[in-house]
Amino acid sequence: MAGVTMEAFGAGGAVETTSVDHVATGEPAPPRRLVVRKGRGDRIFFGGASFSGAFVLAIMVAVGVFLAIQASQALKSSGFSFLTTSVWQPDRGEFGIAAIMLGTVLIALVAVAIALPISMGTALFITEVAPKWLRSWLIALVDLMAAVPSVVYGLWGAYLLQGKIVGLSRWINAWFGWIPFLDVARADPNSPLSSESVYTASTFIAGVVVAMMVMPIQCVVMREVFSQVPLGEREGAYALGSTRWGMIRVVALPFGRGGIIGGTMLGLGRALGETIAVVMIISPRFDLNFHVLEAGSNSVSSHIALLTFESSGFGLSALMAAGLALFAVTLVVNFTASWFVARSRSGASSEA
Amino acid sequence: MTSTLTKSADDGGSRSMGDAFDEAFEGEFGELRFADDPAPLTVLAGHPGPEAPPAVRRAVRKWSRNELLPLLGSLVSALSTTMLLFGRFTSMEGVIGFLAVFFLVFLLTYAVVVSLTENRPAVYDRVMTVLMASAAVVALCALFSVIVYVFIRGVKALVHTNFYVDDLSSTGPLDPLTKGGISHAIVGTLIMTLISLVITVPLGIACSVYLNETRSRLTSLVRTVVTAMTALPSILAGLFIFATWVLILGFERSGLAASIAISIMTLPIMIRSADVVLRLVPGNLREASAALGAPQWRTVWHVVLPTARSGLTTSVILGIARGVGETAPVLLTAGFTSSMNLNPNEGPMVSLPLTAYMLVRSGQPEQMARGFGTAAVLMVLVLILFSIARVLGGRPAGQLSKRQARGTVARSSRDLQRIEARRLAAASSDVTVAPIALSAGAPPYSSKESS
Repeated sequence: MAGVTMEAFGAGGAVETTSVDHVATGEPAPPRRLVVRKGRGDRIFFGGASFSGAFVLAIMVAVGVFLAIQASQALKSSGFSFLTTSVWQPDRGEFGIAAIMLGTVLIALVAVAIALPISMGTALFITEVAPKWLRSWLIALVDLMAAVPSVVYGLWGAYLLQGKIVGLSRWINAWFGWIPFLDVARADPNSPLSSESVYTASTFIAGVVVAMMVMPIQCVVMREVFSQVPLGEREGAYALGSTRWGMIRVVALPFGRGGIIGGTMLGLGRALGETIAVVMIISPRFDLNFHVLEAGSNSVSSHIALLTFESSGFGLSALMAAGLALFAVTLVVNFTASWFVARSRSGASSEA
Repeated sequence: MTSTLTKSADDGGSRSMGDAFDEAFEGEFGELRFADDPAPLTVLAGHPGPEAPPAVRRAVRKWSRNELLPLLGSLVSALSTTMLLFGRFTSMEGVIGFLAVFFLVFLLTYAVVVSLTENRPAVYDRVMTVLMASAAVVALCALFSVIVYVFIRGVKALVHTNFYVDDLSSTGPLDPLTKGGISHAIVGTLIMTLISLVITVPLGIACSVYLNETRSRLTSLVRTVVTAMTALPSILAGLFIFATWVLILGFERSGLAASIAISIMTLPIMIRSADVVLRLVPGNLREASAALGAPQWRTVWHVVLPTARSGLTTSVILGIARGVGETAPVLLTAGFTSSMNLNPNEGPMVSLPLTAYMLVRSGQPEQMARGFGTAAVLMVLVLILFSIARVLGGRPAGQLSKRQARGTVARSSRDLQRIEARRLAAASSDVTVAPIALSAGAPPYSSKESS
């Protein structure tokens, strides 16, 4: 023991003397030249790692570039009208994504509008309210919710939820039908005998189902952010006599604002790309339909899923163009999301 | 005198440190006091005397009766009110409508009841707490209803053994459930998952190692592109493979094509989560390895990857769980068949989600039951994968479970024995080396250094 201590002192003394020497002569110590000689193992290792990195890069770029090349044929022939046309008849040269993109965006917006309060409430409940034993269970269950296959959500939405939610649709239409987008054209809410089919297969129902898939994604990001709220600020709020909700409102929510926005947009990106659950619920239509409660809707991804086998050549190129447009939108949404998370106060270490 | 002062000051200060400390203090300083010492001159205001009862720590998190009773009362009251009013004053109908009205009435009642005894911030606090809890309840109820519903609808098919061992090749849509099964879909899913595992795991982990261990302009480019590709809608991965593999290269739609599409979809997800896991490996472990003279590839192989093993496994499993449940890319690339196909290279091959989708779409009651049964089997598969991931990945990088810790201790004691044996062998040939003695004063290397 004593020997070790002596050694340590000796070493410290030696270092000190050399530095004093340099100070005395007034010359800065010449910087040591650092030469890294990589052995054969390291060279093989770096070669392999770089190769796999470059390979992944190549695959990913190939997907994007290939879609763009394939789509260019259709885009060239349609030009700007691709964005404004709502019908889809590529064989007659008339096709555009106006209707299907509108449907996609509306479904995603409904989904986020429903998922946002639930995910935020759940995230706050997990981090602020729940006792410890419940917390780990809740975290696991929310993660499980993200892992449930979308076809299962689709089955649930199409065969269980659809029947139950029509009453809610009718009620919303009856009371809030004066708001333009909640109106249903062919429905008469005052007649009890009116058919329910005007409410089924709507954007709203698809949105509710997609909300189930979006909610855990948002919840994970928000939980991560809320759990990083500095303890000192929390306790400061409590010490000033704040209630728990007061602390959340004044400390946690402002701190986590970037995470809330970023998580919401990440969920939006996922909602835009959802395919099979939407296919199972909506009945496709090709007009500009703003009425979310009305039967019939469409989305880009379900459109691609339904039409790929019926199309060939030019039609397929048009589908690629639609897919490319969808990809561009999700890309913008996702990068905006990570930008929000990264520049927020809490976002430096969180992963979203 | 001073001892008394110190003691009285400490009486207040050290209260939170626990009784044991107080008693120890008393024992040590009590002897210093003179027997004829007068009563303490300074009595600090507000300090309880030594005979005051010990303060009981307030339970902050526990529900008090004042909190619980209003909650239960409002629940009961809201339930009765809703049952009385529902359908008369509201135009809503159905279960969801009832629950919505009940919830609103409950919130209102609860706010009023709490405001009878509490001030406004407390009312806000209570109501918001209830809102947060109900958000979690809504999410969980939705999850349970999804899982339970699929099992209830599928149970008619699930109880028959033939459902797991037969395929649908000789079963018509109107045949009873005692005929036919989904073994072809189960096998198809397993084969596709295996192939995409073979593609994604080495590539994904190598790429995330590349992102973490090297630093160049290409690294950040790769990271950006991988991040971008996590936004790729899964249907586009299917469309890409359909257009290249099937239409341009002229292969038929097969299990292999579907596996490649799934791999393209899961690869970015896997790389991103593995990247995060590797970044969490403590830097001092890397430095320690480098300081011991290990080249970087040995550091990665023996230090970084083993440390992050549980996290990496989790990211792989969660990526695969995502890929197993994906329908859209398989729909475009795998084709559809109702018979068993063990060859991923030729002929159509189906997966569980695709079969569930196709069976349910046909609309026949028997086929619907089969479809829900297929979805239930898929759900079980995902649940198994998910549980494995939870068990393996509960802890962050570098924290060992008890068993792992025992293993590490055993390994390092074996290492010590090996080193010692080598030293002894060297000592027998070379007398100048001091024998190893852990308790002796001088460390064993001092003799070399001094010479």
